[in-house]
Amino acid sequence: MTVRGDTDQRARGTWPDPTGPGLPPGAAQALERTWSDPPGIVGWFSAVNHKTIAKRFMVTTFIFFLLGGLLAVAIRLQLAQPNGKVLSADLYNQVFTMHGSTMMFLFAVPVMQAVAMYLVPLMIGARSVAFPRMNAFAYWIFTMGGIMLYVAFFLDIGPDAGWFAYVPLSGPQYSPGKRVDFWAQMITFTELAALMEAIVLITTILKMRAPGMTLNRMPLFVWTMLVTSFMVLFAMPAVMLASTALITDRLVGTHFYNPGEGGDALLWQHLFWFFGHPEVYLIFIPPLGFMSSIIATFSRRPVVGYPAMVLALIATAFLAFGLWVHHMFATNLPELGKTFFTAASLMIAIPTAVQIFCWIATLWTGRINLKTPLLFVLAFFAILLLGGLTGLMLASVSLDYQLHDTFFVVAHLHYVLLGGAVFPLFGAFYYWFPKFTGRMLSERLGRWNFWLFFIGFNVAFFPMHILGLQGMTRRIYTYPEEMGWGNLNLLSTIGAVGIALSVLLFVVNVLRSRRHGELASSDPWGAGTLEWSVASPPPMGNFPLVPVVHGRYPLWQQPVAPYHVTGLTNEYREVLVTSVADAKLDHRLWLPSSTPWPFVAAVATTILFIGSIFTPWAIVWASVPVAVAATVWFWPGRAITRRRVETEVQP
Amino acid sequence: MNMPDTKRDGRLVEDGRVLDVSTLPTFAFGHRSPMWWGTMGLMLIEGTVFALAIMAYFYLRSHATAWPMSRFPPELIWGTINTAVMLASAIPNEFARRAAERLDLQKVRLWMVVCLLFSIVFLGVRVLEFTTLNTRWDSNAYGSAVWMLMGLHTTHLVTDAYDSAVLTTLMFTGPLEGKRYVDVSENAAYWYFVVLSWLPIYAVVYWGARF
Repeated sequence: MTVRGDTDQRARGTWPDPTGPGLPPGAAQALERTWSDPPGIVGWFSAVNHKTIAKRFMVTTFIFFLLGGLLAVAIRLQLAQPNGKVLSADLYNQVFTMHGSTMMFLFAVPVMQAVAMYLVPLMIGARSVAFPRMNAFAYWIFTMGGIMLYVAFFLDIGPDAGWFAYVPLSGPQYSPGKRVDFWAQMITFTELAALMEAIVLITTILKMRAPGMTLNRMPLFVWTMLVTSFMVLFAMPAVMLASTALITDRLVGTHFYNPGEGGDALLWQHLFWFFGHPEVYLIFIPPLGFMSSIIATFSRRPVVGYPAMVLALIATAFLAFGLWVHHMFATNLPELGKTFFTAASLMIAIPTAVQIFCWIATLWTGRINLKTPLLFVLAFFAILLLGGLTGLMLASVSLDYQLHDTFFVVAHLHYVLLGGAVFPLFGAFYYWFPKFTGRMLSERLGRWNFWLFFIGFNVAFFPMHILGLQGMTRRIYTYPEEMGWGNLNLLSTIGAVGIALSVLLFVVNVLRSRRHGELASSDPWGAGTLEWSVASPPPMGNFPLVPVVHGRYPLWQQPVAPYHVTGLTNEYREVLVTSVADAKLDHRLWLPSSTPWPFVAAVATTILFIGSIFTPWAIVWASVPVAVAATVWFWPGRAITRRRVETEVQP
Repeated sequence: MNMPDTKRDGRLVEDGRVLDVSTLPTFAFGHRSPMWWGTMGLMLIEGTVFALAIMAYFYLRSHATAWPMSRFPPELIWGTINTAVMLASAIPNEFARRAAERLDLQKVRLWMVVCLLFSIVFLGVRVLEFTTLNTRWDSNAYGSAVWMLMGLHTTHLVTDAYDSAVLTTLMFTGPLEGKRYVDVSENAAYWYFVVLSWLPIYAVVYWGARF
């Protein structure tokens, strides 16, 4: 295997300067000390380093993935045979609602942000994210929201109106009690976290790239996160507004969704899907960035058609906001409107196809290195293609009338979401695991993991297409024997068990490799982007020498002067801020120290959100601790301010 | 020949192999600052919420036989007075912003205090507005939509007044540094957002019920 660029030099620690003396003595230690979070229990809650928070965030989302997966197994066991007795009807409602809500809100969207929080600064040559404390706060808010939902579930007050909680079923009349309230507040928690993470990512990407990394040289994964984050800003407010209106309907007697008092049930569907369809792309677009990273590395060449790839991402983002009504074809909307949304839904195939052809061209003209990450990526092509084709079928109004609310839709959405997001995500874990931990995942277990997952997935979900065509509707907790659905359902359950085993293998692989895996060099795969220029795992300050960037794949090109930046102190958390489009030098900035206050503020906010389920007055009295915590969080320290003033340079 | 601007471009040292950034400023205003991007992000999010709430209002209106569903539209008097107060508060707000960008501490203190006085006035008038909406949130869907719009905006008024009060206090007590003037400037930008986003909401709540 030949790799362009100088790997020896990186091993010596003098990258990116081929002739320079490397770091002055003690500099690396000072940098490590400066960027480390404090030790101890309080220190643990004070952590703000983006890698620390991102690792916790990834582990947390993955735990939710496992919980959601266990719920899926419970669903499949119940449906494995006619007249199943594993779950009662009531518990079944809670289980499928929890499964959908967990996978969508507690796993699929946040896991992408979690991975990005780790990788984006490393890919753009930055020592941190832009707002490290806000990042920590968002993580805590997310975690507490997820825990609240599961505590409610274990207390038998888990939501039971489906992951999209349609009114009137979820309204006060048909869902009395607190179940749906917990669902609505879980939305508030998770969307608040996602919105803050989006702001952190946008600011980091636009303002903190290493000098020379123009937008035109930004890694494609970073592009996907920039596009995704902007989509979050416009999509998530819709579901927050919708769920707030739902909870006020339920708790204080507003009438947004109550037709008896001039409200409208379809308002919920419009608001929900105005978020819900873009959400599919919030889940799907970051993995396109995983794809581009993995395909370039394992084809050992740059991705073909960089401008086309970027434009396709942006086009997808815009089109994603014009599709929401295709979830509502079975409502009494005007036919002309439905035609428009059919056309828009078909149009999204164009930018998707552009990207797929670019990747195929990359693979075709590259020299393939078939490792586990690439296997997961190749599975994307097969599975997403099938999911996309059934999507085209569902986009046709006449066919949708027949298939709406059947298992055909369940098959379609799992083909899209697992094929489009989860398979590339597993590829990404295999690919970046050495960077996260300094050790390689086992390739042998990886292949077992992959093939079990791939086969299990198709065995589990392909039969659902046929069941749907045969008329089996979603969300029924059982079915009589005479329907003749038993065999296919049993097959599907066997497939689900296969998936569960494959995920178990993955967990075993991670736990074993963390301790005993083969040690990873800084760049074990011979990749070209900046995260592979630093040690595995990276030092706390990411880049001992902040590089100057001269191309899209800095590690694959001959070094060009100037090689790196000097003049940032190693004693404080100083970062370089650059210009938006061209990453020209702009100013230096000291980022804040580690502190437990984001955690405290998150606890206070949690009290406010949960309290408001029980009394609207919680919004008044619980806002006091929130305000106090936020103020202490903001209030600057005297010592650090004095040191900053001493070295201040005015603009 | 022009002298190189090291405050802008840094300096090349060690035969051009290394880029020295120690001459760069340690804070900057406007879109150069990450704070500006963070604030912009918040405005985009909250602006989207306002826009969607307004859409919900008109969506419900398009399905209604009579609008307002409650008998009388909101009284114009307090809402209109408050609109004038909020617009007027943009003047001290602009002075505070300009003073911040000149790093003029005395003027920053003066105009931020004036802004706070304005916020006390518009919060007081807002209470009167709520008493003259002529509908309750639980009367009907029209009332719910009106209270949602008013509630969302009032939340912004309260939080913005509190944020500004904290920042004003800091400008009096310290510890101070250049970055705090960036905070004042961004606080002023957010103030503009809160004031200007009121205009469409005012138009909808007070005039959307009349035409």
